[in-house]
Amino acid sequence: MIKKFVVGSFEDEKDLFPAVKNVRRAGYKIHDVYTPFPIHGLDKAMGLRETSLHTAGFIFGITGTSIAVGGMGYIFTTDWPLNIGGKPHFPLPAFIPITFELTVLMSAVGMVYTFLWLCKMMPGVKKHHFNLRSTDDLMTMVIECTPNSNPLEIENFLKQNGAIEINTQDAEEGWWFGRYDKEQKLYRAEEVALEE
Amino acid sequence: MSLLKYESQLREPLIDGDKNYHQLTEDIISPVETKPNRLWWIGFSIAVALLLFGVYSVYREVDYGIGQWNLNRTVGWGWDITNFVWWIGIGHAGTLISAILLLFGQKWRTGVNRAAEAMTIFAVMCAGQFPIFHMGRVWMGFFVLPYPNSRGPLWPNFNSALLWDVFAVSTYFTVSLLFWYTGLLPDLATVRDRAKTKFRKMFYGLASFGWTGSTKHWQRQESLALVLAGLATPLVLSVHTIVSFDFATSVIPGWHTTIFPPYFVAGAVFSGFAMVQSLLLITRKVLHLEDYITIGHIEAMNKVIVLTGSIVGCAYISELFIAWYSQNTYEWWAFRQNRVNIFSPYGWAYYGMMFCNVVSPQLFWSRKLRRNVMFTFFMAVLVNVGMWFERFVIIVTSIYRDYLPSSWTTYYSPTIWEIGFYLGTFGLFFVCYFLFAKYFPVIALAEVKAILKLSGESYKDKMSGMEEMSTDKFYAEEVEAHAH
Repeated sequence: MIKKFVVGSFEDEKDLFPAVKNVRRAGYKIHDVYTPFPIHGLDKAMGLRETSLHTAGFIFGITGTSIAVGGMGYIFTTDWPLNIGGKPHFPLPAFIPITFELTVLMSAVGMVYTFLWLCKMMPGVKKHHFNLRSTDDLMTMVIECTPNSNPLEIENFLKQNGAIEINTQDAEEGWWFGRYDKEQKLYRAEEVALEE
Repeated sequence: MSLLKYESQLREPLIDGDKNYHQLTEDIISPVETKPNRLWWIGFSIAVALLLFGVYSVYREVDYGIGQWNLNRTVGWGWDITNFVWWIGIGHAGTLISAILLLFGQKWRTGVNRAAEAMTIFAVMCAGQFPIFHMGRVWMGFFVLPYPNSRGPLWPNFNSALLWDVFAVSTYFTVSLLFWYTGLLPDLATVRDRAKTKFRKMFYGLASFGWTGSTKHWQRQESLALVLAGLATPLVLSVHTIVSFDFATSVIPGWHTTIFPPYFVAGAVFSGFAMVQSLLLITRKVLHLEDYITIGHIEAMNKVIVLTGSIVGCAYISELFIAWYSQNTYEWWAFRQNRVNIFSPYGWAYYGMMFCNVVSPQLFWSRKLRRNVMFTFFMAVLVNVGMWFERFVIIVTSIYRDYLPSSWTTYYSPTIWEIGFYLGTFGLFFVCYFLFAKYFPVIALAEVKAILKLSGESYKDKMSGMEEMSTDKFYAEEVEAHAH
């Protein structure tokens, strides 16, 4: 969906934290803060909840354990009970290595896919970049405008809090398939073109 | 938040020079954005030539059969399995640095983890070639996979240590690759956003998966990295443990030893760090990354080498002691006649191993030598040679004389195609490494940025003033500075 955003960037995380606090206190809605590296505590300052990605990892891991024990048990006791040197058909200690490996494998692969799904990331996905320097050296704060808000007022507010490179952008907030060597395209512009 | 960011002056800076975030990006990304120099092309060409020779050697092996190699009765495992274990061992340092040191909160890992992890992945790729082509009929290789097939179904034997290996190595490769690549995404996005050419925009646009640097994504990425590190830590220990089971679960004198799992893991870390040293010393010089891979980093890795080298030394001695103490005739024979006896056919390998792995790394107790780049490079090569000897000693000296003297082999030495296969994996490893060093940031840029203000040299200088202030005053000033 196309929305209007006010964008301001910070050079130092020491300015960013008070700014986040002030923006939230003033009642503006922070769309997101884009940073070139993980800044600890920023998620808490922005009021984001803790991620439950690790729960997904646990569930995938348990699935791997069950598949390994269940699968090997079924194969060796029911499907095709081979006599291997007179050894037992359900030797649990001998199953441990494969069970462990499958647990780790399922958990890791499952978690990475969950991560990519939640972040909407895959090859060819394109998202709007508010400031290209936000993967280099700037921390870019993006404030979402409501119908009632005055972008100029927000811009001034950001300036008072030490932001640089302040501007207002119309941007697509979701993701789409596209190429990075093409111009930024807005969905709204295309829709309007179709209606004509 | 800033209160916790205080780090003692006594700790060496991890980033030398007066840097800011943009300077870090410039320093680390610029090799990716420039054309490769002559040195790169020469190295790359040699690697490709080795790889092609390896491919031809493997082609001959597949065409004529395992007889191309000098394997015989009783040496059924020769250079190929030696090389397999050697490469797998080398592949242990990367995950150790990125996973175990992450859990231990060692910040110096940020300078070296990306390249070390890449090495892990390439080394495991090389290692995998050996058991696959050792199968002989490599087109039947899929028989090791457990799937409901039309041959019975014929299931693999889940009690077999060799099948455990299949699972362990493939899991290790997959998890290392995922861990490496999820860490790489933000840095590829940095390259993408700086890209000027059409190709670079397209390539890094695809490779970075559309990373934006959103706070929520960072939060998830950090959580992912932590859990993957937690999973990879027992995994990395399990892989060489399971490789050692290939030997330890057998009844061959010299192999049937309970000390093998920890002994193999320590040896793996030992050789892995040596390989990381030898490659990073060249990489930092060629790509001018001396500010990020400092002498302090090299020293820290040398400390790991001297620790694991000493563990390996203890393992050798206790293995020898137990062989004698156990009163097992065959076990003691394998050690006394096939190894310790310097006049036995492979006595040179045993003493070569002892010298390279146990004696020479002890020189690293000297701080001066630990911080000497040339000496470190020399030692790293020596350690890798020694660790190759170790695997050769374990495999060949245990099996070239079995229980029946009439079937003892005279002398096992490899054919040129067996050696060619080994050289070919070097080619594969270095082709991959050269491409990695050219097209990917060799230092984890985002992670280095995150520690810049704690461990950067210029920031530490600023902190020395604070350190002289009394604690109460320092605390009061910090609180005031953030009381907006």
